[in-house]
Amino acid sequence: MSDLTELTIREAAKLLRLHSFSAAELVTAHINLIERIDSRVKAFLRFTPELWEKQAEAADARISSGDMGPLVGIPMAVKDVLCVRGVETTAGSQILRGFRPPYTGTAASRLFDAGAVMLGVTNCDEFAMGSSTENSGYHPTHNPWSLDRVPGGSSGGSAAAVASGEAMIALGTDTGGSIRQPAALCGVVGMKPTYGRVSRYGLIAFASSLDQIGPFTRSVEDAAIVLDAMAGHDPLDATSSNRPNDVLRDLEAGVKGMKLGVPREYYDVEGMEPVVKAAIDKAIKNFRDAGAEIIDVTLPHTDYGLAAYYIIAPAECSSNLARFDGVRYGMSEVDAQNVTEAYMRTRRRGFGTEVRRRVMLGTYALSSGYYDAYYLKAQKVRTLIKRDFDLAFEKCDAIISATSPTVAFPIGSKTQDPLSMYLCDVLTLGGNLAGLPGISVPCGMSEDLLPIGLQIMAPQWREDVALRVGRAYEVASGVKAEVAPFV
Amino acid sequence: MPLSRDEVRHVAMLARLGLEPGDEEFYAEQLSGILEHIDRLQQLNTDDIPPTAQVVEVANTLREDVPRPGLSQAEALANAPVAVDGFFRVPSIQEEA
Repeated sequence: MSDLTELTIREAAKLLRLHSFSAAELVTAHINLIERIDSRVKAFLRFTPELWEKQAEAADARISSGDMGPLVGIPMAVKDVLCVRGVETTAGSQILRGFRPPYTGTAASRLFDAGAVMLGVTNCDEFAMGSSTENSGYHPTHNPWSLDRVPGGSSGGSAAAVASGEAMIALGTDTGGSIRQPAALCGVVGMKPTYGRVSRYGLIAFASSLDQIGPFTRSVEDAAIVLDAMAGHDPLDATSSNRPNDVLRDLEAGVKGMKLGVPREYYDVEGMEPVVKAAIDKAIKNFRDAGAEIIDVTLPHTDYGLAAYYIIAPAECSSNLARFDGVRYGMSEVDAQNVTEAYMRTRRRGFGTEVRRRVMLGTYALSSGYYDAYYLKAQKVRTLIKRDFDLAFEKCDAIISATSPTVAFPIGSKTQDPLSMYLCDVLTLGGNLAGLPGISVPCGMSEDLLPIGLQIMAPQWREDVALRVGRAYEVASGVKAEVAPFV
Repeated sequence: MPLSRDEVRHVAMLARLGLEPGDEEFYAEQLSGILEHIDRLQQLNTDDIPPTAQVVEVANTLREDVPRPGLSQAEALANAPVAVDGFFRVPSIQEEA
């Protein structure tokens, strides 16, 4: 029954209640597929049989007792930056090899409580720094639609797992586009909620003013279901919010009468591939036909976004990653002569090239004599970028654009030129700087079957708007996330 | 502005990142390239613009200061590369006099 690995949450939840199959059988179908194809996709770093056996059994018991929760028995993959008690969690880094967290983070914990079944830990760029998953300290992940191409990143393993049918849902994190961009490149739905919507307790921090946890799914409704289950205030994360947002209520309300803004700076961004632009043009037509009003908006500081981001994110990472010193966990050069030498050797050996590059860049930007010129300047430009969005949202309900200017690129094609890799996130990182919710939904394929993503951004705390527009696109276009075919 | 090899050594020391042969040239070249892009920020006049450190209104979240269970000593030490007598062990932090 290979089609068990192509279901959405809604479909699976219904069939589980009809006893078409059990939660245990649903998990087995996913494990069988993983065994058949993950040696080629390499979405996972490690598996958690001790969890899936227990959780599937518990799920079957809940279903027997009449529990109608949509996530009961749903197979889930978790990015290697989210702590799960007792499960090796390494942030894709050698420096954390062997680390087993003594607690489970809130997002995963809430999904476990909702009945999700954890299959394993997915690959990512080291400490979530990258746009291709090639910076993993373990191995690259391959795009299920074309194995010689990247899945995007940093949550590339999670995107590839959902795109290949290995997992029904997956968790990722998005600091500059790390959910939305791999979702686009793998042809699945990926959502970054508003900064503060989902508790980050138990997330290995990269850039604390930007990081946010979100879902990968194969439908917009599924994304809403997963978000709904993990959102909300958590006393263990002081940045988490209790603002209400019913993401499921108006999901099917459509876009008739809505104003959708197309920022010209995003529409004509440098490096935009014609095939992506054509797909966005078609999506705009779909929206128009569905009754939305399409209006031009402008985000005049777009050209400065990447520069501001590559000060702010490395500065915060250089501070967050100071804790990896070989004393309390992970790799350690314990035979050093003194503690400074131990720190320096541990960090040189444990961190990969991109992480070291960003720690250096961030340390430089925060160092005496450069703070005002770089860090403070970037924070002021962040204000300008946020104001651009505030003004745009005075004119429209949501902003639509491509998620990534390109389709998935060949493995190895950008690794020598950091700036070309950074440019992958040029359409997504503004959403992080401004704290906005954004979703990427599949919007067609190139001629050689490489997925294209449509990004919908909404004002802060309006995930419901982003999801409603995304759902309206699915309906209007008839385009849905498909599972990549494997022989 | 390009980064010199001396600056690379200084920043690496601040970040407690060891340098291996070839690293100084590598970082000097790569970071200079990235900083060249970042220098476009200087084109913007931001004299009257306040900085943004974070983007939501949540601020000064307080809670009652009541004791609650935390990790046990054994749990806290479980991942330690070297633990001795309930402590994390580190190499010497002071040279002998």
